[in-house]
Amino acid sequence: MRELTYVEALRECMSQEMRENENVFLMGEDIGVYGGAFGVTRGMIEEFGSKRVRNTPISEAGITGSAIGSALTGMQPIVELQFSDFITIAMDQLANQAAKLRYMYGGKGNVPMVLRTPAGSGTGAAAQHSQSLEAWVAHVPGLKVVQPSTAYDAKGLLKAAIDDPNPVIFYEHKLLYKTSSDDVPEESYRIPLGQADVKKEGTDVTIVATSVMVHRALDAAEKLSEEGISVEVIDPRSIVPLDEETIVQSVIKTNRVVVVHEAVKRGGYGAEIASMITESEAFDFLDAPVKRLGASPVPVPYNPELEKAMTPQTDDLIQTCRETLQRT
Amino acid sequence: MLKSVELLPEKSSDELIGLLKEMWTIRYFDEKVDEFFAKGMIHGTTHLCVGQEPTASGPCSVLRSDDKITSTHRGHGHCIAKGADINLMMAELFGRSTGYCKGKGGSMHIADVEKGNLGANGIVGGGIPLATGAALTSKMKNQEDVILSYFGDGAANEGSFHESLNLASIWDLPVVFICENNQYGMSGSVKEMVNIEDIAERASSYGIPGVVVDGNDLVEIMNETDKAVQHARQGKGPVLIEAKTYRWKGHSKSDARKYRTREEEQTWKEKDGIKRFRELLIHEEILTEDDAENIRKEAKQNVEEAVQFAEESPEPGLDTLLEDVYA
Repeated sequence: MRELTYVEALRECMSQEMRENENVFLMGEDIGVYGGAFGVTRGMIEEFGSKRVRNTPISEAGITGSAIGSALTGMQPIVELQFSDFITIAMDQLANQAAKLRYMYGGKGNVPMVLRTPAGSGTGAAAQHSQSLEAWVAHVPGLKVVQPSTAYDAKGLLKAAIDDPNPVIFYEHKLLYKTSSDDVPEESYRIPLGQADVKKEGTDVTIVATSVMVHRALDAAEKLSEEGISVEVIDPRSIVPLDEETIVQSVIKTNRVVVVHEAVKRGGYGAEIASMITESEAFDFLDAPVKRLGASPVPVPYNPELEKAMTPQTDDLIQTCRETLQRT
Repeated sequence: MLKSVELLPEKSSDELIGLLKEMWTIRYFDEKVDEFFAKGMIHGTTHLCVGQEPTASGPCSVLRSDDKITSTHRGHGHCIAKGADINLMMAELFGRSTGYCKGKGGSMHIADVEKGNLGANGIVGGGIPLATGAALTSKMKNQEDVILSYFGDGAANEGSFHESLNLASIWDLPVVFICENNQYGMSGSVKEMVNIEDIAERASSYGIPGVVVDGNDLVEIMNETDKAVQHARQGKGPVLIEAKTYRWKGHSKSDARKYRTREEEQTWKEKDGIKRFRELLIHEEILTEDDAENIRKEAKQNVEEAVQFAEESPEPGLDTLLEDVYA
């Protein structure tokens, strides 16, 4: 098996799809010779040319809307937005057009597009370039929302997103771009949306973690194992659709659960996951309240220590798991 | 009389007569909808295009069947002009399962994707990027289809207008942007909201042609749109057409029209594009007075039949609620 970074895995997936499928093309700002704000599309314009790797003006609403129009008429565009914060500029097109056209039109027409965009803090980019707004789009029926946490998942989930006949918001994470998986197959493969992954099996407490938090959860699990605590880490991988079954079965097994994401806790998607658990058959198996961890309700600050203090860290997870286990 | 009497050479007499009938159909359709709203027989809201029939029929009449349009919240006319079945349209307004959207879209979301109508749009300016994207498909697939993007004077102040025209221009996309300047965005007069005489002037900032047409002169609109469509089809890029027109009715169903005078309305009604085209066809001996009257009655009758179809159609089953959110 090959070792590949998250960035390389994404690029390999897109390149393979573009070689196989003429309808797939890229649109975005600075994705040409510059290679994209984070280098994901580096080298692609050289292989596929400027007609299929379309460098755009700074017009997030215009390029997102154009992608929707092209998808509605037979193409399979992949849009790259440089920072997921800029989704706010394209929001009308996503929430009012892409998400609803099919339903409003009585099931005629579909919008097979992917919007790829990096989210998250930890790079000192401050308040307008560091947010995690996935709950905004997850709230809108008609959109699918994916958050890969590893290079392996990134490649397989992106393939599924491209193949999907619906608009998919594909949240990458800036801190994960340089991370690598040592098991990324060269050939194309697909990880179905709505299929969670048990990143680590355990018996005492479940952590449901998304995106970069998966890694903090795994770190916490390792440290807690030194205390004899066995943590199960579940990565939903896509929050819409959500693999409820895997989460519920894990909670039935461990009887305790912590839900963590980087996004602001208030109104975050963790609330949805937590309430899903309490409404499910797992409720009767809970030995402690469902705990949620998310960011403080503040804009992302610039100072590195403040930035870190805003979001859940490994120690916060360790502490919360201990507290959850102390409940009887 | 219309100022331009040079009819398009490729339009047969039957086609021209068909256009007159189509404009009558649009008018009677919307007048009927108006009546039903007043009586409370249809719920929700609607935006009527009475008085704007030529800007629907003229541009659509020069399209090929594979060409596409994007429409607006005031879209019944565009839909009919692109070849929609008015039975299915009326059924949609009644919220019935036989409607174009199975009762889920209503007035503001009628689409007929198979006929190339990519949809009305409840968001002002929302359809302009969609048209740009559809034009991108046409270009990337070498289909030679042209997309007509309808929007109003209000939408010309949205960012989506600017972003789309710029994008379509730099990529030479086969899209014709048609601004139906009906003088008002809801209550906002274009004179109050735009500091230039013609919205078409904005074309120069995108390096594309901009044309102003009399929105009540069907022949002029057809000729100018035909030129623009050919320009786009030949790969020369987009064109912006501004058609000066007027909506006779209020913005939507609850509009007392306090922002304009009845005299102003009357002035515009005297420019009625249907009346002028009818007179032209009679003058050119394409049609007799009697024929014209018969056509008008037929159009009216067709709308009555659409109402009957809608009324007899079943409501959608509640089990369809969750259908078609995802493909």
